[in-house]
Amino acid sequence: MANITLRVNGTSRTVDVDPATPLLYVLRNDLDLHGPRFGCGLGQCGACTVLVKNEAVRSCIRPVSSVAGAEITTLEGLAKDGKLHPLQQAWIDEQVPACGFCQNGQILTAKALLDKNPTPTDAQIRQGMANTLCRCMTYYRIQAAIKRAVKATSTASARSESEVIA
Amino acid sequence: MSTRRDFLKTSGFLVVGLSVSGLGNDLPLEAQRALGAGPYPDVDFRQLDSWIVIRQDNTATFYVGKTDLGQGTGTAFRQVMSDELDFPYDKTTCVMGSTDVTVDQGGSGGSDALQTDGYPMRRVAAEARRVLLDLASSRFGVPVSGLVVADGVISVAADPSKKVTYGELIGGRKFNVTLTGNNINATTGAAKLKDVREMKMVGKSPRRYDIPAKVDGSLKWAVDVKVPGMLHARNVKPPSAGAKLVSIDESSVNKMPGFVKVVNKGNYVAVVCQREEQAINAARALKVNWQKPATAPFPTSENLFAYMRQASPTLSNPPAVVGNSDAAIKGAAKVVEAEYEIPFQGHVSIGPAHAMADPSNDQLTIYSNDMKSYGLRDGVAEFLNMPRDRVRVVWMEGPQAYGRTAADDAGFEAAFLAKEVGKPVRVQWMRNEETAWDTKGPAFLVKTRGALDAQGNLVAFEYDARSADFNHLNYNEHDTVLVAQLTGARRAMPNQGSAARPEEVYAIPNRRAAMHVVSMPLVWETPLRTGNLRDPNGPQSNFASESFIDELAAAAKADPIDFRLKLLTESKEDDSGFKRARSIAVIKAAADAYKWDTRPSPRTIGSGEILTGRGIAYAIRSQTVVAEIAEVEVNRRTGRVWVKRLVCAHDCGLVINPEAIKRAIENGMLHSVSRALYEETQFDGEKVTSVDWVTYPTLTHNDVPETIDVVLVNGDPNPNRPDLPHYGAGETICKPTMAAIANAIFDATGVRLRRVPFRNARVLAALKTANV
Repeated sequence: MANITLRVNGTSRTVDVDPATPLLYVLRNDLDLHGPRFGCGLGQCGACTVLVKNEAVRSCIRPVSSVAGAEITTLEGLAKDGKLHPLQQAWIDEQVPACGFCQNGQILTAKALLDKNPTPTDAQIRQGMANTLCRCMTYYRIQAAIKRAVKATSTASARSESEVIA
Repeated sequence: MSTRRDFLKTSGFLVVGLSVSGLGNDLPLEAQRALGAGPYPDVDFRQLDSWIVIRQDNTATFYVGKTDLGQGTGTAFRQVMSDELDFPYDKTTCVMGSTDVTVDQGGSGGSDALQTDGYPMRRVAAEARRVLLDLASSRFGVPVSGLVVADGVISVAADPSKKVTYGELIGGRKFNVTLTGNNINATTGAAKLKDVREMKMVGKSPRRYDIPAKVDGSLKWAVDVKVPGMLHARNVKPPSAGAKLVSIDESSVNKMPGFVKVVNKGNYVAVVCQREEQAINAARALKVNWQKPATAPFPTSENLFAYMRQASPTLSNPPAVVGNSDAAIKGAAKVVEAEYEIPFQGHVSIGPAHAMADPSNDQLTIYSNDMKSYGLRDGVAEFLNMPRDRVRVVWMEGPQAYGRTAADDAGFEAAFLAKEVGKPVRVQWMRNEETAWDTKGPAFLVKTRGALDAQGNLVAFEYDARSADFNHLNYNEHDTVLVAQLTGARRAMPNQGSAARPEEVYAIPNRRAAMHVVSMPLVWETPLRTGNLRDPNGPQSNFASESFIDELAAAAKADPIDFRLKLLTESKEDDSGFKRARSIAVIKAAADAYKWDTRPSPRTIGSGEILTGRGIAYAIRSQTVVAEIAEVEVNRRTGRVWVKRLVCAHDCGLVINPEAIKRAIENGMLHSVSRALYEETQFDGEKVTSVDWVTYPTLTHNDVPETIDVVLVNGDPNPNRPDLPHYGAGETICKPTMAAIANAIFDATGVRLRRVPFRNARVLAALKTANV
């Protein structure tokens, strides 16, 4: 066991764990951050995704010691000043989730994608999201939500009308 | 009597169903009692207070014994109940599926949430409205006929200044109204249901209330439950199916950090540790000596269909016969025969099975996302020999995999481990366990034979299905769940099992449909145990029957839609659900939406690398009818099939929430595209070798169609009738997808694929064989 200090969602948190522990279990069980979830433990599905220095990282295979001091953002930390991130808002406007279990990884992977490329083509969205799996198969709406967020972000007044009522 | 306060003191984890209400704690005594630390008797379905709570601030909570699998059924329940109650939708909440606070409506299954369970919900809400009107009548001294009710406020028609809210009439108090009905589905009061045309929320699309918390990370899922002193467990599965445990070397793990205990009974082994990663490490490190069974538990997946072809059925149902197909085939101008193969496919949840069980207070509380929470409660009580009212299941949201998954097993395992260790224990399966050992959709082998007369009329259709679905499991049963099998507590004989017949209503003069069950050599303790996977047999039977209808249409040189419509219009008779008329309506609606060009398949095969084609299939499930058109691109060089466009015309009667249902249909179609193109559980002679997302590939973002069109159809001959039924929607669309894609591939290439899935290599080989 060892004391490790993490920067998570803008706050410093110190935990006493085996340094080889995957970041996922520290976030979930020591820091009570449940956005990242166990899906495969193999880095294949993306359910455990967090942002480390704005890169989408699979926390199930990332030893906690390797991210000490780095800025980590979980789904809980994506909203700013009580306002949802445009991607989260698009996810609601598009009514994306079915069960919702994988959506943490979908949203954060999309966030990292748009940070690098704010106006991706359809093909770039498909490619950028290809390794983030959804068993409910909400892919069609996820892609629509990403495009909706791109539109909402790129034009100030482009918040498109939702087809579903509030 | 226990109180809510006692519960909070003794448990430390609040019932989540109620914490989501966020609408105050002034629950009536009946609901408060249910929150106590046990015992947990069944909630009385004949008490109106068991279903509806109205508070002084004019908010209401509906208590229903269903679970939401991520398709928005909770939102739909609020819509229909708000409508019957005449209460503002946005002032309501819904509590679902926890055995001690909601009546036993069975949880979820069979896509019957609205078709069956929606009716008692509507009736109790209508009854509450009636009772409230009576109360207002007494208060104002005005007969009910002189009252007006809207949005939870009752006013006097002649003097609208006289008004009272529901909250003022009943808030904080009990209805104390006894309902009638021989069973929960028949629950009713004296009130009549509304004319569906007068319902205000039905047919609208309020946003699903569960989505915001799934998007901002605030939802507490079953997988998140944590109580003080909770331990973590991981299973150690036999390395090969049917292996017997010889010995365990506990010294291989008992010095590891956080080690608590190895739990073993029969062939069931689990390791319990303080922390989750410790349990994972210890379960991997534990040395267990297993003995493989003397005979192979099953064939290899490559040899599966050869095995199924030669195996003696363990069950053959008497065939369903119309006319004389043998004679018709003998006299026919053209006879077509085909054989279709659908492999085992997994549920393969994105989040492996999990549950937490807390044995505090000599009770057992299981936190689970199991869709059948009541069955879990009953089964665990019997498995652990506990009185049923000392066990409860708190249902919480979880990852879905659309059927009876290992969530059942994990619930039993957590309960078993908690009792063994005497402390709260959380168990979760690892990815390899989930993909290999979760229940499977059954493999099918279907032989078909059909005959056309000289004019191209279909005169005979024979269907002969073999399922490898021994279907020996019911669900949540103390003597069939995996831990019961592994601990030796299983029953002596499995169930007989079943196969499936096509459910279309084509008028064909001579028909024969036979169904058989063949069994794998190993029936128990096997990773090939079957469990209902979205439908559960329909995608298989429909793949065969709707592919074959297409083959017959091609043999008759008829357009695939014309050919089907002719079979549906041959007869003018219809059943009480108007399935024939509604089948015609959905097929026409799908054709219109797609802008179908009438011609036989295949089209003239192109010369480029990409070949394009379209195919249709249609299906009935219970009372719901759907038609689906797939447009595909087949890459001649790689064999890759891309489903570029999907069109679905869908008639499930009265639609409660159109936007939610559209998404459920889209997702259901894509799940089926995944099964058609990629999914197959593979195994060698001793174990399942599909153990992760590489060895069990599924659809990805790269494969998503360019467009999906869903058309909601109301094909009822009297579409505006006041009692238009709401049928089930979840699963029907999963039936026709495989055939629609196979038919589209045939249209594009002239090559007929009769073996699922249509992975690149299989498609490429078929194209090469046909010189395409």
